[in-house]
Amino acid sequence: MQEISVTSKKQPRHPLDDLIRTDRIPHIWCPGCGIGTVFSSCLAALKESGIDLKKTVMVSGIGCSGRAAGYVKLDSFHTTHGRAIPFATGLKLANPELNIVVFSGDGDLFAIGGNHFIHAARRNMDMTVICVNNLNYGMTGGQVAATTPYMAKSTTTPAGNPETPFNLPLMAYASGATYVARWTMLHTRDLTDSITEALCKKGFSFIEVLSPCPVNYGRRNKQKPLDMLKLYQEKAIIKNHADPSKLDIDFEKGIILGKFIDLDRPTFIEHYDKIYRPSRLQENVSGLNS
Amino acid sequence: MMKPAVLTGEYFMTGDVACAEGALAAGCRFFGGYPITPATEIAERMASRLPQVEGCFIQMEDEIGAMAAVLGSSWAGVKSMTATSGPGFSLMMENIGLGICTETPCVVVNVQRGGPSTGLPTQGAQSDMMQARWGSHGHYEIIAIAPSSPQEIFYLTITAFNLSEKYRLPVLIMTDEIIGHMSEKVIIPEAKLIKTVSRPKPKGRKDRFKPFAPGPNGVAPMPAAGEGYNLHITGLTHDEKGYPVMTVEAQTEMMARITEKIQKNLDDIIRTDSYLLDDAEIVIVSYGVSARTSMAAVAEARKLGIKAGLLRLVTIWPFPEDQIRELADRVKGFVTVEINLGQIHREVERCAGGKVPIFLVGHPGGTLIHPDKVVKMLKEAF
Ligand SMILES: Cc1ncc(C[n+]2csc(CCOP(=O)(O)OP(=O)(O)O)c2C)c(N)n1
Ligand code: SF4
Ligand SMILES: [Mg+2]
Repeated sequence: MQEISVTSKKQPRHPLDDLIRTDRIPHIWCPGCGIGTVFSSCLAALKESGIDLKKTVMVSGIGCSGRAAGYVKLDSFHTTHGRAIPFATGLKLANPELNIVVFSGDGDLFAIGGNHFIHAARRNMDMTVICVNNLNYGMTGGQVAATTPYMAKSTTTPAGNPETPFNLPLMAYASGATYVARWTMLHTRDLTDSITEALCKKGFSFIEVLSPCPVNYGRRNKQKPLDMLKLYQEKAIIKNHADPSKLDIDFEKGIILGKFIDLDRPTFIEHYDKIYRPSRLQENVSGLNS
Repeated sequence: MMKPAVLTGEYFMTGDVACAEGALAAGCRFFGGYPITPATEIAERMASRLPQVEGCFIQMEDEIGAMAAVLGSSWAGVKSMTATSGPGFSLMMENIGLGICTETPCVVVNVQRGGPSTGLPTQGAQSDMMQARWGSHGHYEIIAIAPSSPQEIFYLTITAFNLSEKYRLPVLIMTDEIIGHMSEKVIIPEAKLIKTVSRPKPKGRKDRFKPFAPGPNGVAPMPAAGEGYNLHITGLTHDEKGYPVMTVEAQTEMMARITEKIQKNLDDIIRTDSYLLDDAEIVIVSYGVSARTSMAAVAEARKLGIKAGLLRLVTIWPFPEDQIRELADRVKGFVTVEINLGQIHREVERCAGGKVPIFLVGHPGGTLIHPDKVVKMLKEAF
């Protein structure tokens, strides 16, 4: 057993500290929340990937997950609810040298921001989108989301959700994403590898990460803080290249995880340069300022 | 094919096209838009012109996305713009507020049409003037300018960019369908005669830099993403570092910064123009296309022996309060002329403070105000 001693000795630095705004800690996330784990996987992947971090930007929308942009020590933008992707689109088009990571919640990316998601995927806008799917609107106190399971309880579906949730990987694939994966926050190694791969890959990459919100979702659905993690462990079926149309989340039959899509097609900027700015291709120009 | 950004020469051009050319001359290199009558021609011109100057055009999926992309592009260090009309302007409001809060330079053009709702898509109005002032939630200062001709929209678009860069905020060009679709002579001067302003850039140590610590004129220098500053930019109330702080003190300090940088530089920002104003007893206050109607009415009134003059507002917001107050002390009355049912009229009324009578020649939208209507008012009211 390790001894825990409270002394004034300086705490050892965490290996990810240089990517964290330590002056903003403590963070706002509740005990038992999964977002922090997804966030640290993302930071580990940023390191692992070897991409130029000075040229890497994190963009978030609004929500508990969206607070990630406030803790990462990179250029980071905490925008409006649902608008991280179009904001990121502007950053990327104005300076194609930037590596873009969008880190946000399921409500942000797929309800209020759903339209932007499908169009950025269709354009194959070069960015990595990480969605923390906690099955509800955590920040506002646990309302129904576009990802809430059928019949699950939320403050706005007190007798159960009458709606059908999205199959997010299918939507990403159908919209044109060139990299699509799903993991849970429990599968940190796979998740980190997957984010690393997505960061190094050109084009629109999407990673859905299932993550518990014990405070607002778990509590209303008879799940103790550890129950969701148990489900992730017991019900996970890793099936790379699974058919995207068969990826509906079913907590009884099983949750299919893995990398489903990994293909190549030209990005928006590649098409745009070819058609509209051929001289730029020859000269290999980067930003719009030159 | 590369072409110059400044197309020096003499043209017969619509206001919309002149606006796009003004933007390019000002250094705009990104346009994120969404088609809407009567502003579409600005997007179309930018779509063909921007790649010629190494810029980028994108038609977004809606105006919410267009405004978000413009802010993102501006934070990548590029002068950016969008153009829309009423319904799209409504959709842009939340992100205009993000631009205000994060002090992001950009230009938003509203080629106004009759409203509310879908209204009169192809017919002009000036009825979004209060939306320009207060359309996004919260209390803030904004800059809005109103051109009266295609030639003027060319120059004022450059002015709009310069003000947005200098004061770090979205600047609104509040034009209308009539100016946007009207063709007139537009002279584009030589590039070297065009003065452009770019946002102040930070100096000194990057790790100590505070993105919202104001400089001498109340405006903070602004780096771009990717320059090594590890910026954090949020629409939450934030301190000088850009970090969210949820306290009354932080709110007070941030609000002071974003409002005072405008309030303390009114002389630099506000522009008005006048016609026969020096000896005028009755002052017409007007702007945009209605200022042209008003000018004709002043000329006609003078022939009838009525001592009318025109105060043309080039800057609408911040409102030229002092000028109206001074006039209220020496003239017999005001007439506001605008294509709405009394928006700037109320501002004139407020600033005149009950000292003299004030009348409105308004119109619900869809057409110009005829000068005869203004002359009739001048004859009957005074
Ligand atoms: C335009 C707008 N509408 C509503 C809200 C309130 N709001 C804040 S966060 C949020 C939902 C966030 O849900 P999600 O994206 O799933 O993030 P989570 O908190 O679950 O991580 C809502 C509705 C807002 N900030 N802006
Ligand atoms: S409300 Fe839910 S999602 Fe938000 S921090 Fe708490 S546990 Fe996490
Ligand atoms: Mg959520």
